[in-house]
Amino acid sequence: MNSALRFAILLAALVFTWLAWSGLFKPLLLGLGVVAVSLTLWLSARMGLLRREVFALDLTPRMFGFWAGLLVDIVKSNFVVARIILSPSLPISPCMIRLQPPLPGQVGRATLANCITLTPSTVTVDAHRGVFLVHCLTRESARETLDSDIGERLHRALGDR
Amino acid sequence: MSWLDWVSAVLATGGGLFVLVGGIGALRMPDLYTRMHASSLTDTLGSMLILLALALQAGVSLATLKLGAIGLFLLFTSPISSYALGNAALLSGHEPVGERLDGEGGE
Repeated sequence: MNSALRFAILLAALVFTWLAWSGLFKPLLLGLGVVAVSLTLWLSARMGLLRREVFALDLTPRMFGFWAGLLVDIVKSNFVVARIILSPSLPISPCMIRLQPPLPGQVGRATLANCITLTPSTVTVDAHRGVFLVHCLTRESARETLDSDIGERLHRALGDR
Repeated sequence: MSWLDWVSAVLATGGGLFVLVGGIGALRMPDLYTRMHASSLTDTLGSMLILLALALQAGVSLATLKLGAIGLFLLFTSPISSYALGNAALLSGHEPVGERLDGEGGE
C-alpha cells in the first residue's frame, strides 16, 4: 500500500466520521469539518503515519470469524466470573502464568494481549519481548488460557503482522 | 410496549445486573489484580448489553451508528487501560496474592 492510497483511505474515513458524528449539513459545521480533517491529515503526515504500515484494524472475513469466536469466549467467561463473585465462598485461586504466543508481528501480539485482557478472568499485565505475563482469577482459567489455541487462530487470521 | 421494547428492557436489565455484579466483585476481591477481573464484567458484557438495548430503542438511525462506535471504542480502549494499570502495579512491585504457575511455552 503506497502513501497516496493511505492518504485517500484516511481522508475518506475522517470525512465519513465527521459527517456521521455531526449529522448536520450547515455551512459552519461543514467548514469546521474541513478545517478539522485538514489539520488531522497534516498532523498524520507530519508524524510519518502515511509512510508506515499503521492500519492495525484488519477487516478481512477471517478476522470477523476471529472476533465472533472471541465474543463467544467473552460472554462465556462473563458468566463464569459472575458466578464466582456471587458464590458466598468466593472460590478463587489467583495465579500468574507465562505465555509465549506464536505471533511474530507487533500487531498480532498487541491484539492477542488485548483479547486476553478483554476476556474476564484473565488480564495481561506484561507483554515484554513477546513473552506475556497473564494474571488469572482461577487455576481453571489459567489452564484454559495455556491450552487455548487463540494464538494460532489469530496467527491464521492475521498472518505475520 | 412493543416486543422490541421488551427485548430492549431485558437487555438493559441484564447489562445493569452485570455492572452491579462487577461492582460487588470489586468490593469482595482480595487484591488489585483480582479486582480488575471483577471490573472487566462491567467493561464487557455490562456495557455491551446496555449499548445494544439503547441501539434497539434508537432504531436505524445515526444514534445507533454512534452507539456502535462507542461499543467498538470501548472494546479497544478498556483492555489497554487495564494493561496500563496492571503493568504499572507489577512494575512498582505490587505482588499479587496466590502462586506463580509457569506455562509450557514459558522461559
